[in-house]
Amino acid sequence: MILPINARFQLDYGTFQLVVDLTLPGSGVSVLFGHSGSGKTTLLRCIAGLQKARQGFLEINGKIWQDSNQDIFVPAYKRPLGYVFQEANLFPHLTVSANLQFGLKRIAKTASNAVDLQHIVELLGIDHLQNRMPDSLSGGERQRVAIARALALNPEVLLMDEPLASLDAKRKQEILPFLSRLHQQLNIPVLYVTHSQQEVAQLADHLVILADGLVVAEGPVPETLCRLDVPMAQDREAATVWQVTVLEQEAQYHLTRVGFSEGTLSLPMIDAGIGTRLRLQIYARDVSIALVAPTATSILNVLPATITGLTDERNGQCVVRLQVGNQVLLSHITQKSALLLGLQVGLTVYAQIKGTSILN
Amino acid sequence: MLTTTDLDTLLLTFKVASIATALMLLFGTPLAWWLARTRSAWKGIINAVVALPLVLPPTVLGFYLLVLMGPSGVIGQFTNWLGLGTLPFTFTGLVIASVLYSLPFVVQPLQAAFTTIGERPLEAAATLRASPLDTFFSVVVPLAKPGFLTATILGFAHTVGEFGVVLMVGGNIPDKTRVVSVQIYNHVEALEYSEAHWLAGCLLLFSFSVLLVLYTVLKTHPVAHQLK
Repeated sequence: MILPINARFQLDYGTFQLVVDLTLPGSGVSVLFGHSGSGKTTLLRCIAGLQKARQGFLEINGKIWQDSNQDIFVPAYKRPLGYVFQEANLFPHLTVSANLQFGLKRIAKTASNAVDLQHIVELLGIDHLQNRMPDSLSGGERQRVAIARALALNPEVLLMDEPLASLDAKRKQEILPFLSRLHQQLNIPVLYVTHSQQEVAQLADHLVILADGLVVAEGPVPETLCRLDVPMAQDREAATVWQVTVLEQEAQYHLTRVGFSEGTLSLPMIDAGIGTRLRLQIYARDVSIALVAPTATSILNVLPATITGLTDERNGQCVVRLQVGNQVLLSHITQKSALLLGLQVGLTVYAQIKGTSILN
Repeated sequence: MLTTTDLDTLLLTFKVASIATALMLLFGTPLAWWLARTRSAWKGIINAVVALPLVLPPTVLGFYLLVLMGPSGVIGQFTNWLGLGTLPFTFTGLVIASVLYSLPFVVQPLQAAFTTIGERPLEAAATLRASPLDTFFSVVVPLAKPGFLTATILGFAHTVGEFGVVLMVGGNIPDKTRVVSVQIYNHVEALEYSEAHWLAGCLLLFSFSVLLVLYTVLKTHPVAHQLK
């Protein structure tokens, strides 16, 4: 039984206020998304106990870590958590191996928290770095060591504060696969702070969008990404994420058929076995709309859909929210098209998906 | 050549400086840690008090200590009440005066080292289950090692070199308070220039070696840095 995380904080720094009241799932990755100054890192630090909100209540895994009404505040070093900082924050005077052992030496050795450090080290591909000093590592290697160091404690929750933000695009691509893999292998909740939509698409199960210290939207990723009242939906990079399963390979066409809850899609060939579960990202700019089922079209993926939302135009662009069975999809179209087609909420249309990308 | 008396003063000087340095590290470390991290309004005042011996003529500091530790001074009455007698012109009094006189040379490098470490390693340690005390010894001390070395060397060397405070508080008592700097003064007063040369040479060599170690091995700029 995995209990949800309850977090309520009120914090006032004069020019900045944080007021949140969240219930987050006790498993999977919850991403705290927002621009700088939105309060996402402050929220994470309050959860870790690195910062103390005067008014706060925090319950994780059935244990109270803070309750200002009862004057309870468990100091950070007594909270069974793992924390990955934006900068790896390795101890410069210790080898990689000693960094990994640092926390491990300080937790009670009981059967329930025994971790397979070797497994973590291999999962993160840092076995060959054990005897090196942090100064001699690349940014990506350092961050992987930091993640392993946090996981070595077998924490009850893993907190990650923009672990990729200080890395260049190449290093990011080096770590993202590790994070995706962790995500599949960990059964503890992960709270992940980022301002990157790409990381949201790739990692998030649950999304919390923060702005100016307030939660503006919160919920499971596909639904939350498709909320029209969230600025993300307007963004050029707006996209939704679907879970799909590989059904069959059409080798002669170099295509792979994948299934989702409401039907199937043909995708450029993916090197994955039948039954593999994948995360599929569909950009709103790659989705167009037709009123009648297109019969003569080069686009393979055409899905019947119902319009459930339509924004007012902005710079000649509209965002359309489409419901395909119980899945949602966004489409960016021009205002002119929306007028010519007479689009309105409730109308049944056909969504044509020009392209997709596989996230893991 | 160095006479037996000269050797005795060297030994005494070494003893005073060692004990004073140990005490300065003992009390200076928590003080420097507090100064490096506090946001208290007292910080400025305490910083100024600790730095006073840097600018004050040693005789002024020695004079006040003499008065305070004397029979009618606050400290003197306290030590009398404890049954310890008064401290001026004793070895203990000399050590206490040395500690106060050289404290900025220990506190300031430590404070600078602690400030440089910053918050981040401490937070990392906290998320890895290290209590604040554990963090201090397993993270702060190793990271501040150059600061501790500088503090130890400067504190020791500065105590060896003191004169004004010693003369005021310690006087010139053989085997009790007569340290090298005072002995050199005695030699010169007695026009024993060759003896003075030997002792002065010893101190010159010692001081130069200390600074050489600081500038080459530790690559710090002891005095310039501290006053910032």
